[in-house]
Amino acid sequence: MGQVKLMKGNEAFAEAVIRAGCDAYFGYPITPQSEVLEYLAAQEPHKRTGMVLLQAESEVAAINMVYGAAGTGKRALTSSSSPGISLKQEGISYMVGAELPCLILNVMRGGPGLGTIGPSQADYFQATKGGGHGDYKVIVLAPSSVQEMADFAGLGFELAFKYRNPVLILSDGAIGQMMEKVELSEQQPRTTSFDQSWVTTGKSPDRERNIITSLNLDPSKMELHNRKLQAKFAGMQENEVRYERIDCDDAEYLIVAYGSCARICQKTVKLARQKGIKVGLLRPITLFPYPTKIIQEMTGKIKGILTVELSAGQMVEDVRLAADGKVKVAFYGRMGGTTPAPNEVLGVLEQQFLNS
Amino acid sequence: MNEEIIIAGFGGQGVLSMGKILAYAGMMQQMEVSWMPSYGPEMRGGTANVTVILSDERISSPILNQYDTAILLNQQSLDKFEPSVKPGGILIFDPNGITRPPQRKDIQIHQVEAATEASRMMSSKTFNMIVLGAFLKLKPIVTLENVVHALQDSLPARHHHLIPANEEAIKRGMEIIRKVS
Repeated sequence: MGQVKLMKGNEAFAEAVIRAGCDAYFGYPITPQSEVLEYLAAQEPHKRTGMVLLQAESEVAAINMVYGAAGTGKRALTSSSSPGISLKQEGISYMVGAELPCLILNVMRGGPGLGTIGPSQADYFQATKGGGHGDYKVIVLAPSSVQEMADFAGLGFELAFKYRNPVLILSDGAIGQMMEKVELSEQQPRTTSFDQSWVTTGKSPDRERNIITSLNLDPSKMELHNRKLQAKFAGMQENEVRYERIDCDDAEYLIVAYGSCARICQKTVKLARQKGIKVGLLRPITLFPYPTKIIQEMTGKIKGILTVELSAGQMVEDVRLAADGKVKVAFYGRMGGTTPAPNEVLGVLEQQFLNS
Repeated sequence: MNEEIIIAGFGGQGVLSMGKILAYAGMMQQMEVSWMPSYGPEMRGGTANVTVILSDERISSPILNQYDTAILLNQQSLDKFEPSVKPGGILIFDPNGITRPPQRKDIQIHQVEAATEASRMMSSKTFNMIVLGAFLKLKPIVTLENVVHALQDSLPARHHHLIPANEEAIKRGMEIIRKVS
């Protein structure tokens, strides 16, 4: 049993990063995630664990510092919000290409462009379908509570090193800014217990040089490298799908929502059941790999699906692919930093499925 | 027990910290709590609000549009959130600076002259604790003892000498709250 504290999502993440034994943070402030850097600075992690903390001159610099640190086999991370994450896409693509582990936090805000600082989920496509150039995937974890903001720090590093691939935590302004109770884990040592055979920390005489690069000008070799990466992504799809089901056992209608939207929809489920409407909630925790199979399984048992997002409709495409036309998939979204209320979602559900 | 509260007013009135103290005290009583601030442009434009939920059960949505209690400390907040109080719910306001008082007949309306009282007590910074006291008189969901503990835990040590004045302000708020309708 760890310590229970009242913290903001951003602060809980920052504290959890130190406790997970992270080696280095590089970042640049942007609302609504600036508390990550502020909290870390106030904690002086270099004194607590020896962790490096550096405010870079830009987001582009920060992701490339992460690239460098990761190349030495260290647990490095960066965090930002939507516009800053766009700037990091080149670095993320390079790190997947070079097979480097790292952790990235996106506390999403309303877009496009500089947009607003309100909570949003409009970066789903960017997070799950590539974001940068090239055929690649990153594991995407979507926290829906302050507790998960803390828990996913350690989990994120674990997965990043398991696959030697960046892991993205896709949060939003509401989860980053809200305070809830959080139970923090004990301090983990800053030691590296994973395979170090690939790191570039100096060559010993008994082995070949380790080279970390995403460049290979021979297309046939590059195709082989791509096949290797694709096999890795397939492995993620096989082994890393995570989701939560709430009140699904007898559900006639299913809401699919993640992150802060899933919290809003939990209340919608309660309100619906008070009115005798049997609604369940499926909350994807990993957005890549996506819980496609469980949606396929549930499709045969339900009368309709409502996908709710803080976007114009992005994840709904994955829900529709999974449902494969076998059941009606409706969508409701709010944009630009606004959020729906639980009864507003219930109204949409009734209108879509019950008033016809 | 499940209490859904909105606290809204001017930036600087201590709206967010009042909510934080309430959430902290709830946590000390083993409740589930959430504290969801407005952090957007409205905060930078001078108004602030926070949704606080204290519950015996796991909290679903931290974002709401209907509340059991609304604590509204300026005209803009009153105009905005009076319609969001659940029928039978409670609205607490400070009449200082209010030209359009609340009108609803299906809720309980209470007033607390916290700004006037704070200046009478020569301690404008205890304004929010007077309001908190007024709320706790109506809804004693957390104990005064735990509120004081919350102040001790959440205030930096250099401000701890202010805790007795804050405790005094909470008690004063309990005394001066008055039912309007």
